[in-house]
Amino acid sequence: MSTPLASPGRPRADRTPRGLGAAVRRALPPGLLFALPFLVLFALFMLWPMVQGVWMSLTDTSLAAHEPSFIGLDNYTEAFGDADMWRAMWNTVWFTVVSTVPLVAVALAMALLVHTGLPGQWVWRLAFFAPYLLPVGVIGLLWGWLYQPDLGLYNHLLQAVGLDGYAWLSDESIALYAIVIATLWWTVGFNFLLFLAALQTVPDHLYEAAALDGAGAWRRLWHVTLPQLRRITGVITVLQILASLKVFDQVYLLTKGGPNGSTRPVVEYLYDMGFTGYRLGYASAISYVFFAFIVLASAVQFVALRRREK
Amino acid sequence: MTSTDVRTRPARRTVSPLPAARRARPAVQRGPNLTLGAGPLARTLALAALAVLAVIWLLPMFWAAFTALKSEQDASDPLHWIWPQGGFTLDAFRTVIERGDLPLWMLNSFFIAAAVTVVTVAVSAMAGYAFSRTLFRGRRWLFTVTMASILVPPQLLIVPWFQQMLTLDLVDTYAAVILPQTVAPAMVFILKKHFDTIPRELEEAARIDGASHARIFRSVMLPLSRPMLAAVSIFVFIGAWNNFLWPFVSTSDPALMTLPVGITAVKDAYGVQYAQTMASSVLAALPLVLVFVFFQRHIVKSVATTGLGGQ
Repeated sequence: MSTPLASPGRPRADRTPRGLGAAVRRALPPGLLFALPFLVLFALFMLWPMVQGVWMSLTDTSLAAHEPSFIGLDNYTEAFGDADMWRAMWNTVWFTVVSTVPLVAVALAMALLVHTGLPGQWVWRLAFFAPYLLPVGVIGLLWGWLYQPDLGLYNHLLQAVGLDGYAWLSDESIALYAIVIATLWWTVGFNFLLFLAALQTVPDHLYEAAALDGAGAWRRLWHVTLPQLRRITGVITVLQILASLKVFDQVYLLTKGGPNGSTRPVVEYLYDMGFTGYRLGYASAISYVFFAFIVLASAVQFVALRRREK
Repeated sequence: MTSTDVRTRPARRTVSPLPAARRARPAVQRGPNLTLGAGPLARTLALAALAVLAVIWLLPMFWAAFTALKSEQDASDPLHWIWPQGGFTLDAFRTVIERGDLPLWMLNSFFIAAAVTVVTVAVSAMAGYAFSRTLFRGRRWLFTVTMASILVPPQLLIVPWFQQMLTLDLVDTYAAVILPQTVAPAMVFILKKHFDTIPRELEEAARIDGASHARIFRSVMLPLSRPMLAAVSIFVFIGAWNNFLWPFVSTSDPALMTLPVGITAVKDAYGVQYAQTMASSVLAALPLVLVFVFFQRHIVKSVATTGLGGQ
């Protein structure tokens, strides 16, 4: 939409620039000069690493010192036959599915409730959003303590109402869900704020018109509010899926991927391969397999969003 | 997403995008509520649901603080798990603070997050201006590449970054932690879109007077963009303050660790000292939560404008 102003004129011709800086300034168009600091960082810490990653994935680069040698596609062939990698891939996808649904639905419910304008706005927002501000290190310590089997709060509460406690983080069948609950608590506030902001853009006159037509609260919710939120819900869902696919921090801190690899996501697998197993080349190959998967997932979602908007 | 800068566009009440906190207030006074029924039953039910959710969400934080105020012995007493037998004490806090590494990590986190924020915002604003307002060869192409790279998850770059830091001999330095975090294509995109919304008439007068791009950027664009720059800065700062994976991979020297990395290292080193663990958690959580209490409106707005990555 922009038709940028060309500025071929040299308004600063009245000055006589000297030195190296001035020489650079004369050689480069002013626009490029403005973009240059970003482009330099971008080239150094985005493009170069990406190219280097491809190269490393074709070698047996290792943290243990020996000269890396070119091994062609061996890393990729190994990755595709690596059951542990597929398991990590599946864990990631499953985590994404079971975390995205509540992270969008609960956030929406919270936003709808807060938006009703009930007293205590400040408190609700603090309660739901404050956890998002906690460093993930705190999430690891705090939820490790809450889930502690013998002393933790949740098992105490369950026992107080006569139920059995769980080995939250060391039981293979529930560890992943325990992490999902912690993640929901930690990050739902972000989506909640996005929904809340979107709710405030729903024009009042739609509600007024609906109210005049005699629509009750429920009908206004179903026929005015939710349809108005459709686009933003789609966008938030897409962003949440992309965020969930990259999960690492809280899993690593709560279970280190255990018990028995049952919670280990792809990012942790490549961390383990690269920095615990010293196989940087193989870790790079896994990065690219996963990157291809993310690009594919994004493309699918992009098309889906587009179609819905039509 | 459009700009929220009221000064650059007439404030249209109904469509003005997201002054979240501002518009939430009047809803309280606005006569019969439009989203909820006016009936007392609906109000009571909604209030009850909110209260339940708030209790569930506040309980973990409350419990952390509560545990931190117990003695080590009381914290791990399975029989009297609520009320401490020996009363409350600040011992855990004292021990954690006297150990001295927590304040250091806080300083590290603050320094690193501030550096990341300053560099990212400065560099992204300039690039955003370049992409929005100037012409040079390769501009469109460079912009497309920048946009495409929004898709690249930083998590997947840790291996080549680490190799790069080995090559540059920067492992275990602040530079290694800071530099890779300053590349934020999404912020460039957001700021470019924001500059697009600033009417060109505003800079034309300056241009006729012979002002250079640098002059226009400094004296016209930046002053008009203060709310947007604040929003982006807050967002970048929170992200850097809480970033875990890269600082974790790139530092092994405890003197350089950031808060999220350091406090987890302590847990492994000191074993199960629940009161102390929770005391350090409370202290680690405090800075940003306090900032939020005082600047809620700004932070809410920052997330609302920046959180969608300019969608």
